[in-house]
Amino acid sequence: MSRYRDSRWWFIGTLAFALLLMLVPLPAALEPFKPYWPALCLLYWTLESEERVTLGLAFGVGLLADMFNGVLLGEQAMRLCAMVFIALRFRSRLRFFPMWQQTLAVLALLLNDRILLLVVRMLANEAMPPAQWWIAPFIGAALWPFLYLLLEDLRTRLRRQ
Amino acid sequence: MARTRDESSPLFAGNAAGTLRLIGYLALALVLMVLDQRNGWLWRMRDTAAAVVEPVYRLAGLPAAGIHSLSAAFGDRQQLTEQNQRLRQDLLLANAKLNQMAAVAQQNAHLKELLDTRNSLGLKVQLARVVGVDLGAYRYRIMLNVGARDGVKPGQPVIDAHGVMGQVRDVLPTTSVVMLITDPSHAIPVVIARSGLRTVAYGSREGDQLTLPNIPLVADVRVGDQLLTSGIGGRFPPGFPVGRVISVAPASTGMFLVAQARPAADINRSDEVLLLHDQAEPEGPPAPAAPVGPPRDLAPVTAAIDARRGNAAQAASATNRPSSNEGMRR
Repeated sequence: MSRYRDSRWWFIGTLAFALLLMLVPLPAALEPFKPYWPALCLLYWTLESEERVTLGLAFGVGLLADMFNGVLLGEQAMRLCAMVFIALRFRSRLRFFPMWQQTLAVLALLLNDRILLLVVRMLANEAMPPAQWWIAPFIGAALWPFLYLLLEDLRTRLRRQ
Repeated sequence: MARTRDESSPLFAGNAAGTLRLIGYLALALVLMVLDQRNGWLWRMRDTAAAVVEPVYRLAGLPAAGIHSLSAAFGDRQQLTEQNQRLRQDLLLANAKLNQMAAVAQQNAHLKELLDTRNSLGLKVQLARVVGVDLGAYRYRIMLNVGARDGVKPGQPVIDAHGVMGQVRDVLPTTSVVMLITDPSHAIPVVIARSGLRTVAYGSREGDQLTLPNIPLVADVRVGDQLLTSGIGGRFPPGFPVGRVISVAPASTGMFLVAQARPAADINRSDEVLLLHDQAEPEGPPAPAAPVGPPRDLAPVTAAIDARRGNAAQAASATNRPSSNEGMRR
């Protein structure tokens, strides 16, 4: 029972930490390289424990993210929902991909996410972001293997105790 | 959060229920976005959840603050000494200039008194610190550690030691968000210091420049010209440095000149800023002096006349109140 509770707290903790990381600013030079942490974290949990991640959860996390650093309420909720939906749909295949293929899939998901964001911003009549804005998904995908292995390792350790 | 589990990750095909749910959530998100765009729900929500949101902002701002204080703590002794020396020199210079200015300021005040306009040299400011939080708006906004409880109101101009930074956009109880002048949806009325030409400076996509897209072709604008706030529109007080022109070229339409300017304020580096308190002078002529009649005890004792006079005076003061305090937001 307590193990179950532990793992639930671990789950909530990683999501909260991802939201916090999203708010922490980087130096101005590194700013465009900041990956979209909540998306990466949600993707990990989608692949790892499907019964926890639902569209409703993605929507909730997105709304929270919007409340903390949104430009428009519902924007990140929509993006995360779309991403989790695609990941859930291809979950069984994504899970057994070799790491490099998984990384490419994550890159595609993150790029798709940026395109969605761009569409929303255009509809909201905001200015086009500069070119460096497109670097972030690549950084996110490059970090994916490390993030995945780190979270996986921490999770197995937590389970063993 | 409801945790329903009715689909077991099919290998090749999804079921309709999942898609339906997705469509439902997407529609909900779209409705939220439209409502927020129309009514600004996001800020109302942040306002009500301020007790939760603000500590999170403080927490997220800790790393930046930590790095800042670490660099102060472990900073080279020599570097700190040098910095101290430089600051002392700056202070000395600034004080000398101030002393020189004091006489001019006094003269100015005297002349303004003669002209019967309001004195604008007094500077009512409030010091604020920038909280290092990423607001998801690509460097166009910053967060300050003062809010409604410290008397901050939306629309207040924000400056640093070198020039105008922006204006307060949204206020929470103990934090507030500043829209920088480099935000593409921000516009600030400026005057070119050398030629006196008035125009409007907009933000730009890159986030570190200002664009002046509609300067007449015959206007006298050169690289290196200084831009000051013109005070038109009543939001920014006149005479503060805004930036310096770095390039001038004809627009693609050939009807105007387009100038690029670099902001005078240290937009990326400032960590302490000043909030101005209702500095802007009202537009239009000054309110006429209240009519001075014969002393009251000489007046015939009729209540009706007194009441009428009172009403007239009230109406006069109401019509003379400055009416155009609207912001320059595009």
